[in-house]
Amino acid sequence: MQFDPFVIPFNIGLNFILLYTVIRCVVWFRGLSRADKLRMQRGFFGTPFAQSLREIFLESLLHRKILKTNFRLGYMHMSLAFGWFLLIFFGTIEADVFGTRHLNAPYRAIFFRFFNPEHGRMGFESVYGFLMDLILAFVLSGLFLAIIKRFYSRIVGMKKTTRLKPSDKVALTALWLIFPSRLLAESFTCGAYGTGSFLTGTLGSWLASFLPAQQLAYPFWWLYSLSLGTFFILLPVTRYMHIPTELFLIFMRNSGIKTGDKTGSYSEVEVFSCSSCGICIDTCQLNTSAGITNIQSAYLMKAIRNNSNVAEIAHNCLMCGRCDQVCPVGIELSPIRMIQRRAGENDIAYKNTYKDYFRTRQITASEKPDISPVYNFLPEVNPDKADVLYFAGCMTHLTPSIKNSMVRILEASGLNYKFIDEDGGACCGRPLMLAGQDREARELINYNSQLIWKSGAQTLVTSCPICYKVFRESYYLDVEVLHHSQFIKNLIDEDIVKLNFLRKRVVYHTPCDLGRGSGVYNEPKEVLTHISRLEKSKFEDDKSLCCGGSLANMKIGSQKRSLIARDAAAELTRTSPDILATACPLCKKTFSSATTTRVADIAELVAEALIVSSVKRSTNKKIFSAKELAAIS
Amino acid sequence: MSKHVVVIGGGVAGLEAAGRLSREGLDVSLLEKDSITGGHLNRWFKLFPDRRDSSEVKDYLEGLTHANNVKLFTNVTIEKLNRDKDHFSVLTNDGKELIADAVVVATGFDLFKSSRKEEYGYGIYDNVITSADLEDMFRKGEITAADGTVPKKIGIVHCVGSRDEKAGNLYCSKLCCVTAVKQAIEIREHYPESTLFCFYMDMRMGGAYYEEMYREAQEVWSVNFIRGKVSEASETIDKKVVIKVEDTLAGRPLKMTLDLLILMAGMEMSEGGIKLAGLAGLKTGDNRFFEATDHHFGSNKSNVEGLFYAGTCTSPMNITETISHARAAVSEVVDYLKNS
Repeated sequence: MQFDPFVIPFNIGLNFILLYTVIRCVVWFRGLSRADKLRMQRGFFGTPFAQSLREIFLESLLHRKILKTNFRLGYMHMSLAFGWFLLIFFGTIEADVFGTRHLNAPYRAIFFRFFNPEHGRMGFESVYGFLMDLILAFVLSGLFLAIIKRFYSRIVGMKKTTRLKPSDKVALTALWLIFPSRLLAESFTCGAYGTGSFLTGTLGSWLASFLPAQQLAYPFWWLYSLSLGTFFILLPVTRYMHIPTELFLIFMRNSGIKTGDKTGSYSEVEVFSCSSCGICIDTCQLNTSAGITNIQSAYLMKAIRNNSNVAEIAHNCLMCGRCDQVCPVGIELSPIRMIQRRAGENDIAYKNTYKDYFRTRQITASEKPDISPVYNFLPEVNPDKADVLYFAGCMTHLTPSIKNSMVRILEASGLNYKFIDEDGGACCGRPLMLAGQDREARELINYNSQLIWKSGAQTLVTSCPICYKVFRESYYLDVEVLHHSQFIKNLIDEDIVKLNFLRKRVVYHTPCDLGRGSGVYNEPKEVLTHISRLEKSKFEDDKSLCCGGSLANMKIGSQKRSLIARDAAAELTRTSPDILATACPLCKKTFSSATTTRVADIAELVAEALIVSSVKRSTNKKIFSAKELAAIS
Repeated sequence: MSKHVVVIGGGVAGLEAAGRLSREGLDVSLLEKDSITGGHLNRWFKLFPDRRDSSEVKDYLEGLTHANNVKLFTNVTIEKLNRDKDHFSVLTNDGKELIADAVVVATGFDLFKSSRKEEYGYGIYDNVITSADLEDMFRKGEITAADGTVPKKIGIVHCVGSRDEKAGNLYCSKLCCVTAVKQAIEIREHYPESTLFCFYMDMRMGGAYYEEMYREAQEVWSVNFIRGKVSEASETIDKKVVIKVEDTLAGRPLKMTLDLLILMAGMEMSEGGIKLAGLAGLKTGDNRFFEATDHHFGSNKSNVEGLFYAGTCTSPMNITETISHARAAVSEVVDYLKNS
């Protein structure tokens, strides 16, 4: 008889969780838009399916991305996930090959040792037993690290680890009990029968030497089954829901589904796929520099899952995008945060029913009652025709050295340009969007769009990455939008401007909205290489730091910002460069008061390097006033 | 043998403290980083509220030190300051080591570097100057725009680097308001046909005869006071300065073209003071000035026994207050040396 009552908790748990996962996935699938449903259907029979299997193996089991960023933490995750998988995989084979019959119920594989205590005495059986013990040891080593991490997170190379809610703690205890109880149950059984390999056998015979192994084995088999059952039953209401959800997420993502700007099945799947590994917490400068440790993306995901304090967390973020880069699950964290900002303070995002096991779909943000235009006082403008438009933006107006440099560069280019906000213009709209005020932002976008259309220009140049991002993403324009670093790069490539070499050592800081936000990494560095000795920092490209000045954070004050700015500036000027260069007026302004090193925008350096032709020189006699030179040097 | 006191800083507070300590019969060394003493007095021409010549105050202070045989070391910076048991050892950049029984720190303040408020265009636009630059012009007797012409429409921006969270200074520098009033009157005296605008957040006229000056500026000299902070400045082709400001009393935005814009730079803890705080382990407050042990009855005392503060290295002060504070430091030093 291959059955014993102790397997019942495990059986209930397993059947429950399988059924639950299927239902949950069906509910999520039904919540997708028609286009996304088609994407998934097509994905199921195409290459995305194979891609997903590969990704599931590499990321969900091996945890390759975590291994790359933090080996000890990655090993912990890998040994638990991949080890458990191997245990199930080889356990099933073991039960199939050595068991009394083929195609066993899962419990026969899981509790194989209980039903086959005499197994593994010799030959191939003992080799296989050795393998199973090795895998169990592998899992236990990961568990050992996990327990240490919970109490001393620094040992696994993590400065901060996520805080838990009560159900998480129960599930965590159950999870922690699973493998030690398996070890003890198997060891006692092996001890009683004189079987088992290096781990269970050795421990078993040692325990049997002074304990009644035969009698003690049975309670531990019960404990093993109970902890498995409890873990499975609690899984949907804890962060461990990420285990099944992540598989679904990988498949959805590979089918080409994106987060978008509204809550939907995909963003919900993303929220549930967060394992609270805490890598985002260590990356966040609000934590490392300003000591704010409760608003990072892992906490946002948790807050959304638990529907608590979401608005407060969602608005306390620099939106630098550093966490998006390091998230091992590949959750689009910033877009999810933006969705929450748009939802507003009072709109309930989720409604929980059935004690968190199922939740109804979110209640979307209510229509704002007042839909009268807010910015209708803006004057109608009829701009002159021009080929190139220059939009400095508010921040560039606050850093006139950048504005003046751009005007000099544009003059030197000889292009037919128009400085559209020379006397001040309307805001690009992004600050409002970052505050979740999309409708108001749209008004400004329409105003500026008209201005741009009327000018008939082909190119729009902006000095501010904040403007650049919104012009590219949220405007419907028939012009080429260039950040001034790209524009200058084109001028150099086409030999329109000639530049001197400045003989200065320069470190370049990639602004968040230009780099991670818009994917412009190389052009500024190529321009700088052309005119100076560009040196590398530890924070190149998508690893770049946030200056702390970000408009996106609605919660922190100047003191905290200055802490972030000082730390970032100190890191970037570690090699004592002559100049800390950036390509954003806000970064320039923020860094200027955070370091004694000269901070300059790329446009300023290019303007300094500019060789003005002899014809032009007669008209622009004074290239630098004495004061400007003093300010520069 | 008389006890030896080192006074760090040869400005108003340092000169007063050194002179008085010497008069008390102590052996005093005065260390000054510049080649001359007098500190900020050297940059200011006439002083508020009575508009006396700053050299009169300087002459008094230097007279006091000369008369009392203070040993003066100029062009000196401090490399080390340690306390060993009951005395201090001060190591200077020229390799001298001074052993002192007590130290008076009078490192003073630095003017806020106005180029840090880049939106006002100091160092970028020709016709944006600071209050200190204007004093230089007063001394020369010619107040002109960058191209040498007579400025007709002039703006004065208050609170540059003071009460400004973004500049990292939450405190009020106290003296910029009255400086603005003084300078506005002086410009109007010089050019009666000029028009003057002061852009202020609040007028803080908390000193003897300050309020009277403010009244005079309005009634006699027709200076226009507009409550509102200048948000940004830009430059026209003919090098005039265009400012954007909100008139918060009228509740409307203003845009104004000026021939000259003057920035009332605030006071900040001096760089020398910050360096010294690091060398000697002295406590500084959130405003970066030295933090005395008690606001009310220990404003000269530092967290290091035998080391005392005098003057604006602890907070913004006018000359009257600085001299009083220096005298208080003297009495603290004398007390300390008597009991040690």
